[in-house]
Amino acid sequence: MVDVTLRDLGEYVQAALPDAVLEMTMDNDELCLIVERERIARILKFLRDDVNCQFKQLMDVCGADYPEREERFEVVYNLLSLTHNRRIRVKLAASPETPVPTVTEVFSSANWWERETWDMYGIFFRDHPDLRRILSDYGFQGHPLRKDFPLTGYVEVRYDDEVKRVVYEPVKLPQDFRTFDFLSPWEGIQEQLPGDEKAKEQP
Amino acid sequence: MGIVQTSELPPPGREAELLKDHDKLWSRVSGELDDKGFLLTQFDKLVSWARSGSMWPMTFGLACCAVEMMHAYVSRYDLDRFGVVPRPSPRQADVIIVAGTLTNKMAPAFRRVYDQMAEPRYVISMGSCANGGGYYHYSYSVVRGCDRVVPVDIYVPGCPPTAEALVYGVLQLQKKIRRTGTLVR
Repeated sequence: MVDVTLRDLGEYVQAALPDAVLEMTMDNDELCLIVERERIARILKFLRDDVNCQFKQLMDVCGADYPEREERFEVVYNLLSLTHNRRIRVKLAASPETPVPTVTEVFSSANWWERETWDMYGIFFRDHPDLRRILSDYGFQGHPLRKDFPLTGYVEVRYDDEVKRVVYEPVKLPQDFRTFDFLSPWEGIQEQLPGDEKAKEQP
Repeated sequence: MGIVQTSELPPPGREAELLKDHDKLWSRVSGELDDKGFLLTQFDKLVSWARSGSMWPMTFGLACCAVEMMHAYVSRYDLDRFGVVPRPSPRQADVIIVAGTLTNKMAPAFRRVYDQMAEPRYVISMGSCANGGGYYHYSYSVVRGCDRVVPVDIYVPGCPPTAEALVYGVLQLQKKIRRTGTLVR
């Protein structure tokens, strides 16, 4: 029942903004709209103000990195309508070279989330009132949630007794990071585990 | 609630003997007091006894360990009875309990708080993250152990350590102060 109306809603939005909504998907009973980057503010404004949508709450703005794509980033907006008890997800594609229009004019709560997305992925938001880093260290270099950012980063800190302050140094690890998790919780054991090569041989 | 009261006395043996020794010591002390009206001791021992009896920790909760630290302060374990009273200012604190993940961004602020504490000062590192980075050892934003920033006296292991473990750590620090305590650290 809910399913049908959510699909109807998606088609309604698509019909109302035919040039802005590129694609509509329904996965796991969740409605997702993939939209045109330049028209994101207009779409969110429509979703907020239209009487059938009433998505007055912006729950989250975040990013995702797909290095194999030409436009490697996705920006995801999650909206909630308390009036209709419904959620919707809006996605758009972006790259480090293409700025995304800010939506702080539509939802003031987007301000810090866009800062966070900028901090973590380096997705630039055009016309943002105060686009600074929000989470990472002062003077931090790079964008840590990009897939090409190394897990341990580039610098580590230490207190230097000679200069009497905390200093930054290149990372030195006595032992590199190792992962021992061969078991995917979804797929089970896919390949042979190390050490099991001779398990089937007769002694 | 979980407390069983027994009327049995401790078994006769080593424990009873220790108790007897303890009683003997205290009867000697009170006898001396009754006799002369004063006690003689070494000054540095008196000082370290006084220090270990009132260690005021700076509250420095950084993550989930802080919750266990709060449990240690409040009624069930009640660190107050050891003279351990949390202070909100480094100027009034003798010991700092680093309870949680120390991030790169926090490290200079933490060092500044430590520098503001008056000597003699002690550091208790609480939990895996403060001890050596723990779960975040390979992270780009976490200090791999707070001993890279300040000298640590007591490490309390666990993720997070229970309130009991922290109380044990505090008692170990008391022992350490009594054992190594000097006037100038």
